[in-house]
Amino acid sequence: MESAGFVSISEMEPILRVENVRKRYGKREILKGVSLSIRRGELKVLIGPSGGGKSTFLQCINYLVTPDEGDIWLEGRHIDHTHKRELYRYRQQVGMIFQDFNLFDHLSAVQNIEVSLIHVKRMDRKPARERAMAELERVGLRGHADHYPAQLSGGQKQRVSIARALAMDPKVMLLDEPTSALDPELIGEVLSVIKDLVANGMTMIMATHQIGFSRALADEIVFMEDGRILERGPPLKILSDAKCERTREFCSKITELYGEAD
Amino acid sequence: MEELLFLQREILPALFKGLKVSILLIVPSAFCGLCIGILVGALRVYGGAAARRIADIYVALFRGVPLVVQLFTWYFGLPHVGIYLSPFTASVLGFSLCSGAYHSEYVRGALLSIKKGQLLAAQALGFTKLRMVMIVILPQGLRRALPGCGNELIYLIKYSSLAYMVTCIELTGEAKILASHSFKYLEVFFAVGVFYLVLVSVAGRLLHYLEEHLTLPGFEHHR
Repeated sequence: MESAGFVSISEMEPILRVENVRKRYGKREILKGVSLSIRRGELKVLIGPSGGGKSTFLQCINYLVTPDEGDIWLEGRHIDHTHKRELYRYRQQVGMIFQDFNLFDHLSAVQNIEVSLIHVKRMDRKPARERAMAELERVGLRGHADHYPAQLSGGQKQRVSIARALAMDPKVMLLDEPTSALDPELIGEVLSVIKDLVANGMTMIMATHQIGFSRALADEIVFMEDGRILERGPPLKILSDAKCERTREFCSKITELYGEAD
Repeated sequence: MEELLFLQREILPALFKGLKVSILLIVPSAFCGLCIGILVGALRVYGGAAARRIADIYVALFRGVPLVVQLFTWYFGLPHVGIYLSPFTASVLGFSLCSGAYHSEYVRGALLSIKKGQLLAAQALGFTKLRMVMIVILPQGLRRALPGCGNELIYLIKYSSLAYMVTCIELTGEAKILASHSFKYLEVFFAVGVFYLVLVSVAGRLLHYLEEHLTLPGFEHHR
């Protein structure tokens, strides 16, 4: 509890710091040294053309893709990803949302959430079920607890996957184009869940082309192309007054495509 | 009339005795074979380099050598190195190892068909590799492997008849003895055929029921 006007040092320090991540597949260099740090409660939005490395970068952050080089610190602690147990512990603290949801097809909505509570967090079944139901409630799907993924719409699936990640109490969430696979009319329900997360102070790094959303809520927009960060800055600056020619070009294109409205 | 009496007094008692032995062979072989198949199939997809190699060699060997040769090796060959197996044990061992090699192929195919995204999601949630395979992959993979594995189980029922080659007198063995004593080959083997047909049909029904029972909502077959 800080008194008004006083900001503690720990709050100024990044909760997650990623330094100089490089990744190559054969001859193709996908990430050419990307660094990013984020403070508690911030939302950083990654934009840029597909193939630019956004997705690989996000997957490198929780070592779903092992970077060739680069270091990561979570709350000041350097992560040694070669140490299995440390890696598993770290991943529990970094939630990930995928473009195509990746729910477990053989489990109902509520089971999708409780399975990791039971088998990763080693919670007992009863509290795990209660927590899973609470998370479903939070994304407005309490009534769909017993539905299987194949019985849910895309928007509902993505909300379940967000609930699943939230149940692990992550310190940071990575969202990889969470609305790109959705019908236009389903995007709103997912964005509104994400907005709630922002309002509740969740720390997030999100790749998205939802410009209206980013303009309104992002603390910083990061433009990535060709495995590099070309430019970064506050939304208004990047979207309407970018220094770099490529950034301006890209922003005007997606603004045209995805509209001003959110 | 005489035929009927022969059927009732000679054929049926002998065949029922043989049937009992056959079932005693088939059930443990099916169970062990399936367990081996699941383990080996999973190792071939998710195991480390060494484990994968060993599993591959196992499959190449037990799928590549005729089952009779394998049975002869277990029963007639092993005594030469001082290991004596009963006809029954040698048969169950031979059937389990052979059937495991075939099952592993169905299991491997099914595991490979699970979308990679679900593995990424499990890893991102902090699952260890073993738990990911046990809790996320296998329950789905085995559902998909079931039609193939069922086929192998049906096949096992029929090749269990090879046990009589290593003097384990089961259904076919009993029939062979009875026929060569009575020279009523046609009647005896016709009756044996019916016995196997019934066995296979019952197994088929059970497998079908299991498949229906395990179908996930939203994944029902399109008929």
